[in-house]
Amino acid sequence: MSKPKVAFYWCASCGGCEETVVDLAEDILGVVEKVDIVLWPVAMDFKYKDVEAMADGSITATLLNGAIRSSEQEEMAVLLRRKSQYLIAYGSCAHLGGIPALANQFEREEILRFNYEDAPSVINEAKTRPQLVTEIDGHRPHLPELRHVVRSLDQVVDVDFYIPGCPPTPNLTKAAFNALLSGQLPPKGSVLAPDTALCDECPRKATKPVDVAFSEFKRPHQKLLEPEQCFLAQGVVCMGPATRSGCAAQCTCGNMPCTGCFGPTSRVRDQGAKILSSLCANIGAKTEAEINTVLQGIPDPVGTFYRYGMAKSLLRRRVDLTTT
Amino acid sequence: MVSPKQDIRIGFYVCHCGHNIASMVDCPAVAEYVGQLPGVVLSRDYKYMCSDPGQELIQKDIAEFDLNRVVVASCSPLLHEHTFRNAVAAGGLNPFLFHMVNIREHDSWVHTDRQEATAKAKGLARAAIVRVAHAKSLPVKKVPIHPDVLVVGGGIAGIHAALTLANAGKKVFLVEREPSIGGHMARFDKTFPTLDCAACILTPKMSEVGAHPNITLWSYSDVVKMDGYVGNYTVTVRRQPRYINEELCTGCQECIGNCIYKEPKFPDEFNEGLGKRKPVYISFPQATPQVVLIDPEVCLNFRHGVLTDKCKKTCVEACGDRKAIDFTQKVETREIKVGTIIVATGFKPFDVKRIPQYGYGSYPNVYTALEVERLVNASGPTSGDVILRDGRHPQAIAIIHCVGSRDKKTNRWCSRVCCMYSMKLAHLLKEHTGAEIYNFYIDIRAPGKGYEEFYDKLNEEGVHFIRGRVGEVTDWAMTPEEEGKLVIRVEDTLAGFVRRIPVDMVVLATGLEPQADSQDVRRLFNMSCGTEGFFLERHPKLAPVNTFTDGIFIAGCCQGPRDIPDTVAQAGAAAAEAMVLIDKGYIEQEPNTAYIQPDCSGCKSCIPLCPYTAIAFDATTQKAVINEALCKGCGTCVAACPSGSIGQNLFEDDEIFSEIDGLLTN
Repeated sequence: MSKPKVAFYWCASCGGCEETVVDLAEDILGVVEKVDIVLWPVAMDFKYKDVEAMADGSITATLLNGAIRSSEQEEMAVLLRRKSQYLIAYGSCAHLGGIPALANQFEREEILRFNYEDAPSVINEAKTRPQLVTEIDGHRPHLPELRHVVRSLDQVVDVDFYIPGCPPTPNLTKAAFNALLSGQLPPKGSVLAPDTALCDECPRKATKPVDVAFSEFKRPHQKLLEPEQCFLAQGVVCMGPATRSGCAAQCTCGNMPCTGCFGPTSRVRDQGAKILSSLCANIGAKTEAEINTVLQGIPDPVGTFYRYGMAKSLLRRRVDLTTT
Repeated sequence: MVSPKQDIRIGFYVCHCGHNIASMVDCPAVAEYVGQLPGVVLSRDYKYMCSDPGQELIQKDIAEFDLNRVVVASCSPLLHEHTFRNAVAAGGLNPFLFHMVNIREHDSWVHTDRQEATAKAKGLARAAIVRVAHAKSLPVKKVPIHPDVLVVGGGIAGIHAALTLANAGKKVFLVEREPSIGGHMARFDKTFPTLDCAACILTPKMSEVGAHPNITLWSYSDVVKMDGYVGNYTVTVRRQPRYINEELCTGCQECIGNCIYKEPKFPDEFNEGLGKRKPVYISFPQATPQVVLIDPEVCLNFRHGVLTDKCKKTCVEACGDRKAIDFTQKVETREIKVGTIIVATGFKPFDVKRIPQYGYGSYPNVYTALEVERLVNASGPTSGDVILRDGRHPQAIAIIHCVGSRDKKTNRWCSRVCCMYSMKLAHLLKEHTGAEIYNFYIDIRAPGKGYEEFYDKLNEEGVHFIRGRVGEVTDWAMTPEEEGKLVIRVEDTLAGFVRRIPVDMVVLATGLEPQADSQDVRRLFNMSCGTEGFFLERHPKLAPVNTFTDGIFIAGCCQGPRDIPDTVAQAGAAAAEAMVLIDKGYIEQEPNTAYIQPDCSGCKSCIPLCPYTAIAFDATTQKAVINEALCKGCGTCVAACPSGSIGQNLFEDDEIFSEIDGLLTN
């Protein structure tokens, strides 16, 4: 009997998710023993044609990381969906849109203008911009089109499972492989991580007071952080209460607050709105002026509360942007 | 649209409410539209769904069509949700498998375009149909009612409510801010229109309160905190020190006679400052409780309220073995448990200084009505002799109506009692002084039993009535007859010209206002106020003594200006409403409580937010727990839970989101 076929693919991502696969270290050998890796652009050569040539559904599982930002990524997502029995959104960007989805606050034209003209580090007097088609020495190379918004994988194609995290931890990845190989899979659409918020596994949990009554918010670089006290008790925004656990509280153990990369629990539609609702309700100040002073400690609310979840949130995008 | 589950069988009813809905909404069209929606097996329009035949229709249909969900589109759930839930329950379904759509207050009454209103009714109905599929059967919980009652305010309303309850065998705590109960009525001379002596009819009731075994009377006290919920309120009462031991004081008042101050020297609050009292005093002869008190601001044994022990303490000598005087008393707080609360905190007379052109404070002979009540009273500061502040007896008296009432510049409302008490004072002043009496009025409002007849009687007695709002009261004489007089400048709107009428005394018929601290009291007891600041009844016609908080009732002028008969009737009604709860013994709680789901992370965000302190942290499970008996279903914790781990019955996420979906889907 032939081994199950597995593919890894990346779209709009930083490459960190690929690192996680490598982070499996010697465990990857165990994986390779049991599966055939048929596609892994970061490590192996391949062409679009090769994937197209595979029979539909012949890949057992594709782990796709990165958000969907360009026409090419969309094409590959559609293609890999067709070729795979299970399509797994791997990492925050494929799961929720991730950091790239913060671009949904801006128009495509603004983004291109900044990156190719206005950014302080850019010298581009001719104001050249990438073109979909260009004539070079009689050749006509094509470039993918940048879409108006960044989408999560499931906003483009049907997704079977999600492995959360920026990046997902090796433990979660291993557990997902084991589940796949043993056939003991949860219901379709599940996020392959616990459904409780991070506080549950955070070693600082016991130090959170009942009434935090925020009088100010500080960002991590503005304060010498206590190594064992709950960050919220220190007046530092921690997304832990609104974020799915399963990461073994790596950030809070490393003396940094949770930034929310595992996304919300299955019971929440909008992680940012939920943490906002919780934090704001617990602000100690009562007058509008005092409340405003407290909130000045959070200069970038979207970047703080929707850092990974913009595309999948109820906000999704700036209201005047088209949906694709 | 979320498609309802296969086994959902919904019955839909749209009510015409006579013309209330049908005139603006095409009810048959709504019924026809809803009949085509998935899951709806039956859709009807009917003239009055709340009528007995309407309710029977629901019951019959449940059996005949095997319905397992019911939606009624009619009026506000505030009015008839209970009715229809009962009908659904009588039909054999769980009452919470029912949903109500408000197409009257939210639709037909507020729109003018029939087509648009019909479209809106369809949208609202569609949302409910989608939502009701997610409804769950829920149990109704019963919570016992604590049988004791707290009555706040010891005016005639509080007194009557307390006595009614106490006579029915209920234990009552009566808390009054002043040293004695009696309120405003105790300061009135006579009552209109019968001219009964106010004290003669009130003081027996006051004594009865003081002596009643079922009433705990705490005067000189106020409520500072209320926690809990209907049937189980915990109330904290603050008792001010009287520096007299209430148990030991016999009311002999020998201390007053033997005070180091031989003569009364300090303004007497009960007589509106027209008389004087000593530092140790009793408010008035029939004060209840019959216990004196010491004013530490003026008593020589104190200095600015702080005990110095430097007086000879002749009062203590006089008290002797009774040992009732205790200069070391401190503020005390008491915590009591009650099931129901009647708020009867009364009113504040309008501050006449807000209308400076009437000269109160500038001209000594301008009086407020309440001052005149004391002036004509036999036990008042002048023993009933109407002597003006300048020592003269008045020959001509003006009574100005509507001072701080029916006036866009001050208060817009009619204070209801001023016309009648002005006429009463007119009668009494005429009787006491023989003076010419001029009433300046806008309209005479005499709608009570025997009131119009009283007006006729005054006309026969020769009291003058001049229709016109007084422009000003002035001492600027323009003719020799006006010298040394107060002149009323008024447009006589019946005669059609401006008049100047010289008088010796002016009485300002002050209107009634909410108490200065009514907003604090409102918050304390979780009530609502109307725009003018009087406490808001649950329904102006059908629930006039109920508030929006179960188990809290209102009586008397704190709800709005009214006269004594109406106040007493309302106090009786409030007592009866409290007894309904007490005698039933339990309340059925709406099962809209919040609950913690197993995946709670124990982040504690919810705990400080609960206004009913219903959430605690369980150290063993490391999760939050909600005390269902304390939860009132406000939903604050549900919204604030950052991991979505608190659910709420009747308001589950899937119910709300499906309702939104249903509303937004065409």
